[in-house]
Amino acid sequence: MKNNKKKFSNKSQLGMITFRFSKNKLAMFGLAVITLLIILCITAPLYINYEDVYKQSMANRFISPGSGHIFGTDQFGRDLFARIIYGGRISLLAGLVVVAFALILGVTLGGIAGYFGGRVDNIIMRICDVFMAVPRMLLSMAVVAALGQGTFKMLLALSIAAFPGYARTVRASIMTLRNQEYVEAAKCCGTSSARIIFKHVVPNGLGPVIVSATLGLGGTILAIASLGFLGIGVASPTPEWGTILSENRTNIRYYPYLGLIPGMFIAISVMCLNFVGDGLRDALDPRMKN
Amino acid sequence: MGEHLLEIENLHVQYNTDEAVVNALNGLTLTLDKGESLGVVGETGAGKSTMALSILKLLPAKVGEITKGSITYDGTDIIAADNHTMRGIRGARIAMIFQDPMTSLDPIMTVGDQIYEVLELHFPQMNQAEKNQRVDEILELVGIQKSRRNEYPHKFSGGMKQRIGIAMALVAEPELLLADEPTTALDVTIQAQILHLMRELQKKYNTAMILITHDLGVVAEFCENVVVVYAGEVIEQGSVEEVFTREKNHPYTEGLFNSIPDLTTDVDRLIPIPGFMTDPTNLPKGCKFASRCSYCTDICRTEAPPMFAEGTHSIKCFLFQQKGGE
Repeated sequence: MKNNKKKFSNKSQLGMITFRFSKNKLAMFGLAVITLLIILCITAPLYINYEDVYKQSMANRFISPGSGHIFGTDQFGRDLFARIIYGGRISLLAGLVVVAFALILGVTLGGIAGYFGGRVDNIIMRICDVFMAVPRMLLSMAVVAALGQGTFKMLLALSIAAFPGYARTVRASIMTLRNQEYVEAAKCCGTSSARIIFKHVVPNGLGPVIVSATLGLGGTILAIASLGFLGIGVASPTPEWGTILSENRTNIRYYPYLGLIPGMFIAISVMCLNFVGDGLRDALDPRMKN
Repeated sequence: MGEHLLEIENLHVQYNTDEAVVNALNGLTLTLDKGESLGVVGETGAGKSTMALSILKLLPAKVGEITKGSITYDGTDIIAADNHTMRGIRGARIAMIFQDPMTSLDPIMTVGDQIYEVLELHFPQMNQAEKNQRVDEILELVGIQKSRRNEYPHKFSGGMKQRIGIAMALVAEPELLLADEPTTALDVTIQAQILHLMRELQKKYNTAMILITHDLGVVAEFCENVVVVYAGEVIEQGSVEEVFTREKNHPYTEGLFNSIPDLTTDVDRLIPIPGFMTDPTNLPKGCKFASRCSYCTDICRTEAPPMFAEGTHSIKCFLFQQKGGE
């Protein structure tokens, strides 16, 4: 234990955060499951023939999960396991892309609004308010309806719906940081505003944003699945967890595994991402230091 | 008069808040030569920090406003200078040391990087190796092992952080150093170390320095000249010897001296200056110190006294009219 403590004190701030995170069992479990899922999806071509995703076979419809097909087959005789793994590539990746894009937009706008305040803040935040006033799902549907269906358009729609939340979070933490003395010190060194915002202020206020992004990732995956289920997300036959659910919804009554398995993948990945988010929040909170 | 490094003429600064207009500086005038060290003394709210921020043109935007007067730095009109010019001056030619070393360093940047950043901003022609070497040099110079340059500020003590602050301020070898109460947040033994270090480096680089403090002892120890600031104007200025012999002082300066414990005489009580600072939102017509002054006469309440000079020592008080006024 003593040895442990010594190591701890020699660590950087990032080191301390990782250390605290690693002590949280639930968060580590979540991280492990998510990592496993991502690895499974990335390495999919090594163990699944891509043809299995689309290949229909009327002779092999509705085979229950078992030795030949681990997760069974759907109404067209397509292998559900192949579809779910390839679907995960879209679901998880799309979630990441949406959150990343929303983060970039949100952090930039929120950082500028929070740092300068006044009129700039007012203009940016009122734009955000407009986007926030429309329900996320409705906004995504409207964008898809206006631009037409497609994976990229859906990602764009979800990003636009998600960025105001991040902008608000960043703005709030920047406003408390912009009056810190080290910001003034940086100004006294002749640092430009842009550099102060993105090198000194934003990195210091990123903690809460990382947490809300991790938690938002789960929500985004869910939103993509919901859009897929409603038939305006990723278009069938391209596999995506929500789309798979949607395709199979008519047969769920007699072949419940068709709904249970993709549903479980959605539930597990969202839950694990939430565990990770909670763990991160605790790890970033200095009051939890022990 | 042209060879002064810094000239502040009749500077008026006000803060426009929602409730009232606060007159922070009311005709502050001072000059500073190359290599000179000047102590600026005054109580809380006298406008000392406002002066420092005005020199760097970093008064809070929209709220702080320079209404009258001029600041000339080495021939450059600071008030008229644009942002770009000012960024070139800040850090490179005028640097600042802050009061609280605990909060004046960015907690998520290594100390080496923070010093490096100053070089990056002002010496784009320097290559990376040179810059790194310069960072190592300045760290050693302020007494921090260069092996610690990749550590974060939270691992350093207050005194060490202030050393890093000094390193940051001096790395670009500025001609003027503004030290805003650099030792207030430190304990006494560390204060002495830091002051010693600052004096050494000041001599080494021949930097001019404005030391803002309310500690008269620090000024006596460290500066050549003193200005005493009250309610936003200079009420007494002179060399340390002239002011500290206490033969002739502004009543306010006298009051400051009387509120320091003197170990050589046996006095039970300190004599504080009665009352509080004049309300800067509602300044009196005459002498601003009149309401607290025990020598106050009728003229003090109606007319503001001019500076009465005697050689290099000048005092803004009617008491000294006969002696040096004419």
